[in-house]
Amino acid sequence: MEHHSILRVVSKMLIPPIILFALYVQLHGDYGPGGGFQAGVVFSVAFILYGLVFGVDAMTRVPPPRLLHVFAGVGVLIYAGTGIVTMLLGDAFLGYDVLADDPVHGQEWGILAVEAGVGITVAAVMMSIFVAFVSHTPPIEDEDR
Amino acid sequence: MTPDIGIAIGNILLFTFLVVTAIAILRLRNLFAVVMLAGVFSLLSASLFVALDAVDVAFTEAAVGAGISTVLMLGTLALTTREEKKPSHSAFLPILVCVIAGAALIYGTLDMPPFGSPDTPVQQHVAPEYIARTPIETGVPNIVTAILASYRGYDTLGETAVIFTAGVGVLLLLGASGRRKRNGKSGEE
Repeated sequence: MEHHSILRVVSKMLIPPIILFALYVQLHGDYGPGGGFQAGVVFSVAFILYGLVFGVDAMTRVPPPRLLHVFAGVGVLIYAGTGIVTMLLGDAFLGYDVLADDPVHGQEWGILAVEAGVGITVAAVMMSIFVAFVSHTPPIEDEDR
Repeated sequence: MTPDIGIAIGNILLFTFLVVTAIAILRLRNLFAVVMLAGVFSLLSASLFVALDAVDVAFTEAAVGAGISTVLMLGTLALTTREEKKPSHSAFLPILVCVIAGAALIYGTLDMPPFGSPDTPVQQHVAPEYIARTPIETGVPNIVTAILASYRGYDTLGETAVIFTAGVGVLLLLGASGRRKRNGKSGEE
């Protein structure tokens, strides 16, 4: 893809807004549509777009596959860990009321924490799957099209 | 009445495009075109979800169905083949099964309450409870988020675990070490 100037320039311009939008969806899930799942997907799309245009080797320099595999587990652990914390604080598993002085604030903290867990797992798994698929494929040659 | 007619025309247009896309997917043998049309199909479905005021579902459909799935299907094409083989048997039996199943489904819709009717059992059961309690108990304006992350937190934990498991499954099938193998090859050169 060395000479696809338009594709390279446009995707480079698009990637920062995509990541920003993912963070917006992640942190704004309480107020607008979306949440951890959608944010994770959008976040991974930014990296996948980079991988499609610049090659998977360039992409995996930022998140190496090993790190992605770790984060896929970390997200689930954050989610389940939130439940364990609420249990240790004396409420039920995932009963967020005890996370702050005020139950309503506790709910907000809890939702923020579990959404972060969902987002991390989804983003890491989507990128891992993409890398797993593409790593087996010889790079597409232009005369192939 | 005018806005209703506008919505109806929009829905009819979207459904027409949906059906046309589906027929094109059935007819085409070039899998690259099929994958692209499947992405279009997802995007049209997402538009329909927006028309139904289900923005959270629409968002997911657009991001996953039209975005990630298309990319992964293209990756699969690159691993397999681009042309669908001609079917070796006649399509009569599958068409018969589809027609019967479709007729049964359409027959089932005759019993359904009018679209958007607020006094159906679905809307009367737990939904009013959620709508009444969410602002007081969680202070979260988006009720969908409150239900997913708080009231049904166990379900969402399960879903997150499913995504994790799906990732593990793909990595086991395709081999997480694929990259390392390729690096090994380039090292030998």
